Amino acid sequence: MLFIDLILQGLIQGGVYALIAIGLTLVYGLLRILHIAHAGLYALGGYCALFITEATGSFSLAIVGSMIIVGIVGMAVYRLFYQPILDKPPVVALIVSIGLFIAMEELYRIFFGANGLSYTAAPLQGTIEFYGIYIRQSEIVSLILAFVLISGLSLFTKYTRIGIAWRATVTDPVMAESFGVDVLKVRYLNFFIGSMMAAAAGSMVGLTNNLVEPTMGSIPSYKALAIIVLGGLGNVRGTLIAALAIGLAESFGTIYLGDFFDRDSIAFAFLIIVLMIKPKGLFTKE
Amino acid sequence: MGYEISLLTIMGISVIGALSLNMILGFCGQISLGHAAFLGIGAYTSAMLTKAGIPFLLALPAAMLLSGLIGVIVGFSSLRVRHDFLAITTMGVSFLFTGLVRKQEFLGGEMGIAAIPDPGYGKVGFMLFVFAMAIALTIFSLYIKRSWMGFTFDTVADDEDTATLLGVNVSGYKLMAFALGTAFAGLAGALYAHNVKFIDPESFGFIESITILSMVVIGGTGSVWGVISAAVVLSVFPLWFQFIDDYKLLVYGGLLCAVMLLSPDGISSLVVKLFNKIFKREKVIHVNT
Repeated sequence: MLFIDLILQGLIQGGVYALIAIGLTLVYGLLRILHIAHAGLYALGGYCALFITEATGSFSLAIVGSMIIVGIVGMAVYRLFYQPILDKPPVVALIVSIGLFIAMEELYRIFFGANGLSYTAAPLQGTIEFYGIYIRQSEIVSLILAFVLISGLSLFTKYTRIGIAWRATVTDPVMAESFGVDVLKVRYLNFFIGSMMAAAAGSMVGLTNNLVEPTMGSIPSYKALAIIVLGGLGNVRGTLIAALAIGLAESFGTIYLGDFFDRDSIAFAFLIIVLMIKPKGLFTKE
Repeated sequence: MGYEISLLTIMGISVIGALSLNMILGFCGQISLGHAAFLGIGAYTSAMLTKAGIPFLLALPAAMLLSGLIGVIVGFSSLRVRHDFLAITTMGVSFLFTGLVRKQEFLGGEMGIAAIPDPGYGKVGFMLFVFAMAIALTIFSLYIKRSWMGFTFDTVADDEDTATLLGVNVSGYKLMAFALGTAFAGLAGALYAHNVKFIDPESFGFIESITILSMVVIGGTGSVWGVISAAVVLSVFPLWFQFIDDYKLLVYGGLLCAVMLLSPDGISSLVVKLFNKIFKREKVIHVNT
C-alpha cells in the first residue's frame, strides 16, 4: 500500500511541477531565457485565487480569473523586462529575471504579510478513502486539472492555426517570420499561456496547503528549472516526462534517501547524474 | 569605530568572493550559479579544523585546497555540459551542498556551527589581513588577465570550438579556471566563517550565489576593477539602506533589474563610454586621401 501511495503522491506532485515547468520550457524554447521570475507569477496565481475565492465564494471562478490575470501580467513581464534585452548575452536576462523575482517576493511580503494567508473556508478539503489510501479532493482536482490543461495545450498547438504558427516559430523564428508569422504576437501568446499554467499550479498548491505565502515560489521554481533541463530545454514532451519522473523520484527518495539528503536536493542529485550521462537532457534528439 | 571595521571586513571578503567567480565566469566564460557552495566548503573546512585545534594559518590553505579540489570535480561537469545546461548543473551543486550539509550531524546540521575560534589578530588586525588577501588576489587577477593563460581563457570564453581547432587544451584550461576560482572562493568562505564566527547551511544558499554573480555581472564581466567596485558597493548596500529596512530587498531586486536594463554590459562599460565621451576619445577614422 505504501508503494501505491508513494506513486500517487509522486504523480500529484509531478502534475504540479509539469504545470510550472511548461511555462518555463515554452519561454526557453522561444527566447533562450531562463525565466526565474516565472515562480513569482506562480505565487501571484496563488494570491489571486485566494482573493477571488474570498470575494465571490467560488473556487472555479477563482481559478479561471487567476489564470487570466496572471497571464496578462506574464505578457507585461515580457514587454517590460525581456524585450529590451533580447540581443544581450543570456546571463543578462538571467540576472534581470532573478532581480524581478526577488522584487516580486518582497512586494507580496510587504502587501500581504510574511506569514502568508489562508482560506477562511477552504473548499475541497475532504479526503477520499480508496482501498486504504487517503487522498485529498484538492489533490485529485489538481491532478485532473494538470491533465486537462496540458492535453488542451497539446491539441491547441496541433490543430489551430495560431498553434501551428507558434510551433513553427519555436523551430525556426526567421523562417516563420518570412512566411508571415507575427513573431511578436507569438511571444505574447507564449508568455500568456505559460503564465496561465503557472497560475493554475499556484492556485491548486495554495488550496491544497491552505497557505499562500510570499516565498512559495522559490523551491518549485528552482526545481522546475531542473525539470526543463532534464527534459532537454525547450522540449515540451520531455518536460512532461521529466516532471513526473522528478515527482516520483522525490516521493520515493524522501523515504529511502531522507537521511542523507533533504527532499529538495533529491531532484538536483537526480539531475546532475542524468546530465553527466546525457549532457543534453533525457529527450534531446542529437 | 567597531561598526566601520566590520563593514570594511565584509567588503574585503566580498571582493575576494567576487574576484574568485570572475576567474571562472569573467576570464574563462564558464557560468556558475552555485559559487556560494564553494565559499561554504571553505567556511566549513576552516571552522571544523580550527575547532579541532589546528591553527588558523594552516586551516586557511586547507580550506582553499579542499574547495579547489571539489571545484575541479564540478569543473569536470563543464566539460560535459555547456551554457544553460552548465548554469543549471551548477545551480544543482548549490542545492546539493545545502541539502547535504543540513542532514550531516557532524557538521551541525540545520543548526550550523557556532563559536568558531577567533584567529587572534584583533578586529583591526583581521581587517588588515582580509585587505592584504584582497589586494593580493587583485594583483593576481590583473596578472592572469595579462598573462598567456589569460589570453587562452579569453579564447575559450569566446569560442570553444575555434580554441580546440587552434590546438588549445580547452578542457585543461577550464579545469584550471575552476580550480583557481573555487580555491579563492574557499578562502573567502573561510575568512567569512572567522569573521562572523557562526555559519549554517543557509549562509551559503542559492541567493548568496546570485549575490556574488550579480557583483560580477553588474561590475562588468571580466573587468577586474569593475567587479571590485560592484562588490564594494553591493556588499554594503543592504547596510546603507538599513533605514528602509523593510524595503531593502525590494530595492535590491529592483536595482538588479534596472542596472541590467540600462547598462547590460555592466557598469564598467558605462564608465568607459562616459570617459570616452567626456574626453572626446572618438574612434580614429582612417580616411583615404
